[in-house]
Amino acid sequence: MKCRLVFLVGGLVVVALPLALAQTGGLQLPRTVEAGSAFSIQSTGSGNAVLYIVGPGQVLRRNVRLGETTLFAPKDIHNAGHYLAVLVAGSSTESGVFDVTAAHQPAALSLLAKPSRLPVDVRDGISGVAYVFDAFQNLILAPTQVSFQLSGVAGAVQARTALTQNGVAWTKMNSAAKEGSAQFEARVGDAASTRVVQLVPGDPCHLRMKARPSGQRLVVETEGVRDCSGNALADGTIVTFTETYEGGESTVDAPLKRGVARADMPAHSGAKISVATGIFAGNEIRWGKKR
Amino acid sequence: MKKPLFIVGSLFAAILALGSDQPAVHVAPTDSVGPRPLEKQTETAVIRDYLQAWHSMTGAFEQNRVDLLDPDFTGAAKERLAGTIREQAKVGIQTRYRDTAHEIQLVFYSPEGLSIQLVDTVEYDVQILDREAIVTTQHVRARYVAVLTPTEVRWKVRVFQTEPE
Repeated sequence: MKCRLVFLVGGLVVVALPLALAQTGGLQLPRTVEAGSAFSIQSTGSGNAVLYIVGPGQVLRRNVRLGETTLFAPKDIHNAGHYLAVLVAGSSTESGVFDVTAAHQPAALSLLAKPSRLPVDVRDGISGVAYVFDAFQNLILAPTQVSFQLSGVAGAVQARTALTQNGVAWTKMNSAAKEGSAQFEARVGDAASTRVVQLVPGDPCHLRMKARPSGQRLVVETEGVRDCSGNALADGTIVTFTETYEGGESTVDAPLKRGVARADMPAHSGAKISVATGIFAGNEIRWGKKR
Repeated sequence: MKKPLFIVGSLFAAILALGSDQPAVHVAPTDSVGPRPLEKQTETAVIRDYLQAWHSMTGAFEQNRVDLLDPDFTGAAKERLAGTIREQAKVGIQTRYRDTAHEIQLVFYSPEGLSIQLVDTVEYDVQILDREAIVTTQHVRARYVAVLTPTEVRWKVRVFQTEPE
């Protein structure tokens, strides 16, 4: 039993030893390289060899002379990643690892702003998520300050800053009180990205109608229908007029046109007429003589 | 006698684990992932699709086939991996990646649910083949950062890169 164990453990040591030596052999590698930077790899010995630089982000195969310095131009390896360097000369193999990190200078932002359309005056209604990249599309993982700004409609510009964690920063903004197109921008230095957010009127807050006779019938018409911030509701919004009278009820759905809804209804003396849009009810009118 | 038996048992378990095709996967608790609350169903789908992406990548790099990346990668990650595969084919090499262990931590789920980020400490073996002859096999441990975005039927990897440990 003891012999078997010794053999097993010994075998493991024999297997592990070349791997450990390979890492510390005659291949001199930088520990880290910034993406887009020049660097060199030094080998020892003499004769010809093949140098492989391998990683999911990039691969290179170079014929090299042992004992010479192999130079890599600034853009030879520009994709951030963990790379394996393997030098093969005949039956001899040496290897090591090094990291290519993102460049420090941000060059691009990927900004997700949602939603692209929302009502006015919604607290924390807009979210913005920004991923920060360098010139080679590497995610910059070092903490970086991102400035977010919402502007372009009446009211004060909203500005926030956030520090990236693992390359991403996020924030939430309130939608402005005034309808219109707002610009949502994220910026890091000279790199910026903008999205347009459409602010639309909120729920109705003011709904009043008047009625007037028109021959044997009557015409009902709203005043301008507005939300709580005073924005006119969009044309096409349906307003429902309901007339209740003895023995019946009439209902007319009318769309807003230029902010006003109008309908032609039967004129029943003593009828009660109400108006509503969505779940918001406006005023009531009693038509003709009271019963 | 008990001690050697324990050691042999451990070694046997390790050998079995090494012999298995499936990598050992450990996912850190997701209680602190935010800002969007992470449902268990979403977590399961993201981990499943991320591990499937590793599987696709393995096949793509071994066969030098860019099309194998299509189901699981998108955007910059796909372009980058595809570029590497084309370069491999150009210089006549293949690489066999065999992931043996993943320590996954979900770190960010965006407020609108359109991106999720994870950090994964991966252990894998890389075998380099030059004109179909094995050059070397190396064991690698690396810390990957991945960003996944939802598509019609699955989460796809959009950013895939390492950071120094």
